[in-house]
Amino acid sequence: MKTTGLWSRFGANITAYGSTLIFLLPVYVLINLTLRPADDLTPPIFPSSRPTFDNFITAWTTSSLPGSIITSLIVTSISCLVVLVIGTMASYPLARSTSRLSTGTFYFFMMGLLLPFQLALIPLYIQMRDLGLLGTVWALIIVYSGVQLPFTVFLITTFLRASVPLDYEEAAQIDGCSPLMAFWHVVIPLLRPALGTCVILNSVGVWNDFFTPLIYLSGSGQVTIPMAIYQFVGQYTTNWPLIFASLLISMVPVLALYLMFQRYVIQGFAGGLKG
Amino acid sequence: MSSSGVELPTRSGVPPAVKETSISPRKRRRVRSVGRELWWLILPGAAVYLYVVVVPTFQGLQGAFTDWSFGTVGAPNFTGLENFTRIFSTDAGPAVFRTLQLAFVVVVAQNIIGLALALLLNGRVFGRNMLRTIVFAPMVVSSLVVGYLFKYIFGPPGVGGVNQVLAALGQQPVDFLGNPTTAMVIIIVTVLWQSIGGNMIIYLAGLQGVPAELEEAAAIDGAGYWTRFWFVVRPLLAPAITINLMLGLIGGLKIFDQIFALTNGGPGNQTQTIATLIYTYFSQYADYGRSAALALLLAIGIAILSIIQFSVLRRQERNS
Repeated sequence: MKTTGLWSRFGANITAYGSTLIFLLPVYVLINLTLRPADDLTPPIFPSSRPTFDNFITAWTTSSLPGSIITSLIVTSISCLVVLVIGTMASYPLARSTSRLSTGTFYFFMMGLLLPFQLALIPLYIQMRDLGLLGTVWALIIVYSGVQLPFTVFLITTFLRASVPLDYEEAAQIDGCSPLMAFWHVVIPLLRPALGTCVILNSVGVWNDFFTPLIYLSGSGQVTIPMAIYQFVGQYTTNWPLIFASLLISMVPVLALYLMFQRYVIQGFAGGLKG
Repeated sequence: MSSSGVELPTRSGVPPAVKETSISPRKRRRVRSVGRELWWLILPGAAVYLYVVVVPTFQGLQGAFTDWSFGTVGAPNFTGLENFTRIFSTDAGPAVFRTLQLAFVVVVAQNIIGLALALLLNGRVFGRNMLRTIVFAPMVVSSLVVGYLFKYIFGPPGVGGVNQVLAALGQQPVDFLGNPTTAMVIIIVTVLWQSIGGNMIIYLAGLQGVPAELEEAAAIDGAGYWTRFWFVVRPLLAPAITINLMLGLIGGLKIFDQIFALTNGGPGNQTQTIATLIYTYFSQYADYGRSAALALLLAIGIAILSIIQFSVLRRQERNS
């Protein structure tokens, strides 16, 4: 605002930094507590007098975090890849065909955005049990591939309709491209921004999801990161410095990636949610 | 999926697509032919969607009216509405109320604070990009982890962070999570800390669509900050408000991780919501029928509330 005076600018800065500090306070407590031995009971807003890194080492060696990072990586990357491939494929005819059947199918997919996953939870659980997939990463990958699909289809279809003009495909076809080749060589490269948004939103969602592995992995040796945290907290209920070390370890990879790609992540969220 | 599977189709904010009506008949045939020839591309997606979402949802719907449980072999018996009468004679009534309360408070608070922060960080604030990055950061962290973080901060006397500070200041300790009322407040605070950044980002994106000249013109005409906000900025933010309210409401009704980490429904089942009860019936009692009945209740609630909200907000958007 051009007309705001010096004082109101000063006030805006103070308020902005003040509220950001409130956001940072829990993280400060987290880091502060992690760096102290369990018997150090000074209030958590003061740094410990005996800082130590032991909690990280104990948390890393006694929890299932190391293995869970691998499991989470496998689950996230495979399910995101599957969703991206089948979602993009499905979106193309949905966006380009004007038939009533195609519009109907699009809304049929959109219904999935409203349905709470809990309704499908138990039948899928029985299904996975009967297939012998319970407790394996495949159960998660199958579930995520389906659950993330409606949103991916929604994003890519709307993007295709709004921002990928037909002219390119027509030009390619006049030049002798088959429809499939036009899709692969012309449309897919133009879809890059939407695909990026999908990758970001889906991978953050899958990586952090706790409810699905809680159902489909509980009682098995394979755990994702949130499950490893859950088990670790159950094991050391009151040793907060140690628990916090595990929380911090689990947060670091995501936060590092976020800080590296923060512009894209924020744009992805804003763009994806704006639809 | 709780976090990202909740988006609703709203076309607002998207420039009108290549309108079919503006295309000549010859081109229109071509449009059709592109989609028609490659119609089979939809098959893998449709198969996965049917297998993972549609069929199990219908099975769950059926299961809500049966005595389905862990031990059931073969087809469970149809019991009509018995599951519903039984859940409502025990926990479901208060849980429904609590779920609505939680969703409502969260939606209102996160939109007010999120919008305020967006306005603040859209203005001339030194280093505003860094501040945006910080405020948004909790969105990418697991909500279970955030739940545990706040469980310590508001932990019982002698353990929790806030209580240690209170003790150091010579104040009475407060058992935040041991009392149902304060526990609900802590759940709300935890959810807000994580979700406000997302609201802020959507409002910031909306604010980019407010032309500076428009605001300047209003300022020259003598409009103060609030007048400008209400008559110039707010109407242009209508799509962002719609999206934030829709997503906030659907997400708010489904909150699970934070409650699970903070209170696990306690003390004395007094912080159970529909989402946590579904899990309790599933895992503790292995009572699939009643768990499915609760899930059906949640589905109906989400559908009704979002249809009402969508139509009301759409009308307002059109009027403003």
